[in-house]
Amino acid sequence: MTNYSSSEMMIVAAARLLRDNDVVFVGIGQPNLACNLARRTHAPHMNMIYEAGVIGAQPSHLPLSIGDPCLVSGAAAICSMYEIFAYYLQNGKIDVGFLGGAQIDRFGNINATVIGPYDKPKVRLPGSGGAAEIAAWANRIYCLTPHQARRFPEKCDFITSAGFLSGRKEREAKGLRGSGPQAVVTDLGMLEPDENGELILTALHPGATVEQAVKNTGWKLKVADDLKTTELPTDEELRLLREELDPTGIYLK
Amino acid sequence: MSKVMSLTEAIDQFVHDGDVVYAAGFTHLIPFAAGHEIIRQHKRDLTLARATPDLIYDQMVGAGCAKKIIFSYSGNPGVGSLRIIRQEMEAGRLAYEEYSHFAMITRVAAGASGLPFLPMRPTGGEDLAKANPQYQKVQCPYTGDELVTVPALNPDVAIIHAQRADANGNVQIWGIEGEQKEVAFASKKVIVTVEEIVDEAVIRSDPNRTLIPDFIVSAVCHVPHCAHPSYTQGYYDRDNKFYLEWDKISESREIVEAWLTDWVYGVKDHAEYWDKLNAETHERLKVPPAMSEPVNYGRY
Repeated sequence: MTNYSSSEMMIVAAARLLRDNDVVFVGIGQPNLACNLARRTHAPHMNMIYEAGVIGAQPSHLPLSIGDPCLVSGAAAICSMYEIFAYYLQNGKIDVGFLGGAQIDRFGNINATVIGPYDKPKVRLPGSGGAAEIAAWANRIYCLTPHQARRFPEKCDFITSAGFLSGRKEREAKGLRGSGPQAVVTDLGMLEPDENGELILTALHPGATVEQAVKNTGWKLKVADDLKTTELPTDEELRLLREELDPTGIYLK
Repeated sequence: MSKVMSLTEAIDQFVHDGDVVYAAGFTHLIPFAAGHEIIRQHKRDLTLARATPDLIYDQMVGAGCAKKIIFSYSGNPGVGSLRIIRQEMEAGRLAYEEYSHFAMITRVAAGASGLPFLPMRPTGGEDLAKANPQYQKVQCPYTGDELVTVPALNPDVAIIHAQRADANGNVQIWGIEGEQKEVAFASKKVIVTVEEIVDEAVIRSDPNRTLIPDFIVSAVCHVPHCAHPSYTQGYYDRDNKFYLEWDKISESREIVEAWLTDWVYGVKDHAEYWDKLNAETHERLKVPPAMSEPVNYGRY
């Protein structure tokens, strides 16, 4: 068995959540790596859609941004930004949305906008981009973020993207078409929503402990009765990540 | 009627202090040369609108051109934050109006359609609507559903970069087309920069590729490599190395000043800027050709 880093484990675990034939709205950074890894392993028929308006992307190397020219080469279609958001996302044609964020709270709401008050920001983050719409309208949402207490507060300072808001009932009452967060993958394990929409610990990566996960979560983290252990990254997954997808180590820190 | 003029003339003639400017292009075709010319001409108090302000607005804000930005993702794509804009926002020195991507683009689509607003389905992310009173609600008269609205955006000036246009301003774009068309139709004046000015017959041989017709366009400027460090599909690659470097440059305002002195104030135009980039950069950004299969329009 090769050694691997915690971000490699996280990206591999996230990639495995994707299914063949999924139509996926691919986010920037590590989600981008996870999606490209899935397409090169178990999900060759996955349709990667980028918010720049690229449909059926087949990039030969990992794009740095979500609008790089390698996304266009060999793509199935290109459309305007208005169309990608209106015809594809708002109209319910997207299976999976993949999101990151500075904060994810107990009910899977995501903050990518501001730490501290909006008018007097302590830290100003880049903002929503397409994340507000993706979270609301893609059928399934997966999140990817390192497991640190400051990233997992009880409540986000600002809700950029709706998870379950204050619980499944509130999301349903708002009539949002997607079914919300399905899993949050961290470098320690995986959180999934319970019947109320509260994120609970359902899997640990090899070597990680429940204590670590609890300590690094800002609310009283519940642990699933049937806590699972993530399968180790395979040599092929690691090879693809290191040699083909991120050879200069921009995201695999 | 030919609308060909130099970029220097076009910026001088069509961009005025206090204007709302939208330099279009989602990652692709960002008209950096026009941004630099605006900096060189010391335009002031601009409201800069772009879904993704990108390095072009970070540079323009750094040079003191802007009083306000309108945006939906203020990051250095794939790298981190736009440090200058972030600093100015955190310090309360730069006014801003913030949207999500779809809301931002919907504003432009309403502007391009001659409508006062357009509706969208709610996203449940209501904090942004609380922070920005431009978000409103309306009840659908057919279903009774509650919809979210944003008002039309009609910029004073659009700046659109493209692969090619004819001298009259029929503009053809391929690759990622972002919000180029909507921005052109929404704006009062449209400056177009192109890699190549081609014969009208070239345009007319492939009318499906024309995104913007000539009568929408105010000026056509021949500016090869206009988009660097962004890219023009088929002409040169995105300079990802520079996007990573800007993250370091923009850590200090002194270094930014020095960079502007060197690369913007210190050159007469974009041709001089491109020449100043070294041969290694020119070589690195070259792309081998990949031609599309021609289509048959038929002779009728």
